[in-house]
Amino acid sequence: MAKLLMKGNEAIAESAIRSGCRFFFGYPITPQNQIPEYMSKRMPQIGGTFLQAESEVSAINMVYGASGSGARVMTSSSGPGISLKQEGISYLAGAQLPCVIVNIMRGGPGLGSIQPSQGDYFQSTRGGGHGDYRVPVLAPSSVSEAVSLTQRAFDLADQYRTPVILLGDGMIGQMMEPVDLPDQPDQPAAPSAPSKPWAATGWDGSRPRSIINSLYIDPSALERHNTMLQDKFAEIAKNEVAYSSEHTDDADLIIIAYGTVARIARSAIRAARASGIKVGMIRPITLWPFPSEPIARAARTAKAFLTVEMSAGQMVDDARLAVGGLKPVYFYGRTGGMVPAVRDVLARIKEAV
Amino acid sequence: MEKRVLIAGFGGQGVLLMGQLLSKAGMRENLEVCWMPSYGPEMRGGEANCGVVIADEPIGSPLVTEPDVAILMNRPSLDKFEPIIAPGGTLLYNSSLIDAEPARTDIMVYDVPCNDIAVKLGNARVANMVMLGAFNALAGLVSMESLLDALRETLGKGKERLIPINQQALAAGAESVA
Repeated sequence: MAKLLMKGNEAIAESAIRSGCRFFFGYPITPQNQIPEYMSKRMPQIGGTFLQAESEVSAINMVYGASGSGARVMTSSSGPGISLKQEGISYLAGAQLPCVIVNIMRGGPGLGSIQPSQGDYFQSTRGGGHGDYRVPVLAPSSVSEAVSLTQRAFDLADQYRTPVILLGDGMIGQMMEPVDLPDQPDQPAAPSAPSKPWAATGWDGSRPRSIINSLYIDPSALERHNTMLQDKFAEIAKNEVAYSSEHTDDADLIIIAYGTVARIARSAIRAARASGIKVGMIRPITLWPFPSEPIARAARTAKAFLTVEMSAGQMVDDARLAVGGLKPVYFYGRTGGMVPAVRDVLARIKEAV
Repeated sequence: MEKRVLIAGFGGQGVLLMGQLLSKAGMRENLEVCWMPSYGPEMRGGEANCGVVIADEPIGSPLVTEPDVAILMNRPSLDKFEPIIAPGGTLLYNSSLIDAEPARTDIMVYDVPCNDIAVKLGNARVANMVMLGAFNALAGLVSMESLLDALRETLGKGKERLIPINQQALAAGAESVA
């Protein structure tokens, strides 16, 4: 198929549809509005359901319902709306319901700004809502990677019966790049959804009742449930780490950056390498589970690390935990919707080596 | 090769479309492309701009903070973006609407009377295509055929009748800087 020039938001929406997503519930907020806009046009064409809810709280609970009945379902929002969804995300995690939640981050806290940010790293990687849980967090750094990670998000969600967060920022949502969309467009049923015997699809007496629930009044029963969840999270952490390494073998300094910021870092690394500075990059593709082990391994040879983020310093905590005090981990960040410039990253590289 | 192009003007002048056409044309020639718009509470008549990166290797930063080429379609854009053009870079400005002279002496400057040329062609709305033609004649990033193909793809069957006037505009723009 010929490549298409697509906006990140639209590419995520189309990729979701081609991954078998047939239900979308959301509420508008910049800079992710092209996702619901696109879904509102496409879902009726393929017999799917698009519904603009009266609020984000409502939308995430519609996701709970659709997922509980076995459908592939997605919602999307940005920081303020994602905060509103947290109660529902905790319930989804507790009830082990697969779904994909897209967060196209904007500056915060509060209503903040509509410009790009990575200030929701803690919220995303630590679960976000109440209780002991984590959800896989995937961070695309290009529009084409947003397409493949959207597919991956649906597969992970079904495989582990968990919500999965696709974490982008205003830049990835708004920019256009060439994409190769996966085939199988416009199929009526979820093409790659595995069977879901646990789903509440109407009881006919032929199997045990499927009950979708996150309430366990008996503490010992809830502890057993938590132990099972923790075992699942350990399994995800063991199997699903994804990252990319660039020029790390001979690097004195390793930059750790994710999403669009990794692109900016890559430009700075090219410039630094051109002037003889040995810099590399580890780019986490999954933020949870975090690529701690490859970073720890790199700490044996690299002299220092630098995390670059559009935040006041969030992922740097995970980087420091991974490095374990073995080498210094420096931080450079911008906030509020301001984006790090290549020349500023380059200046930090020169300071750090 | 990596070229960073900034295109700015009023909302409604078609600056975002210029960037998209350039990106699609680049894509047709198997170049790496990235288009990034300014976004926010936009309105017709307000400011609009986009950055386009065209390269023959994977693109790093999608942002155009220090453009190699700036295409500026109105006065506020000139005031805002002339200072950030990379030294040795290129400025094309719409001299039909901009009454000021660019001040920089370390860049190449081309004035293109886009609106005047478009009006002479009989359709004031193709001023952006005049500028795109001028830009591409100077930059030589993509072929005229690729630009026209991108235009055909974008306009679709419904607006096919607009191809000739847009084609004339691209050619007239190219001629104006020849």
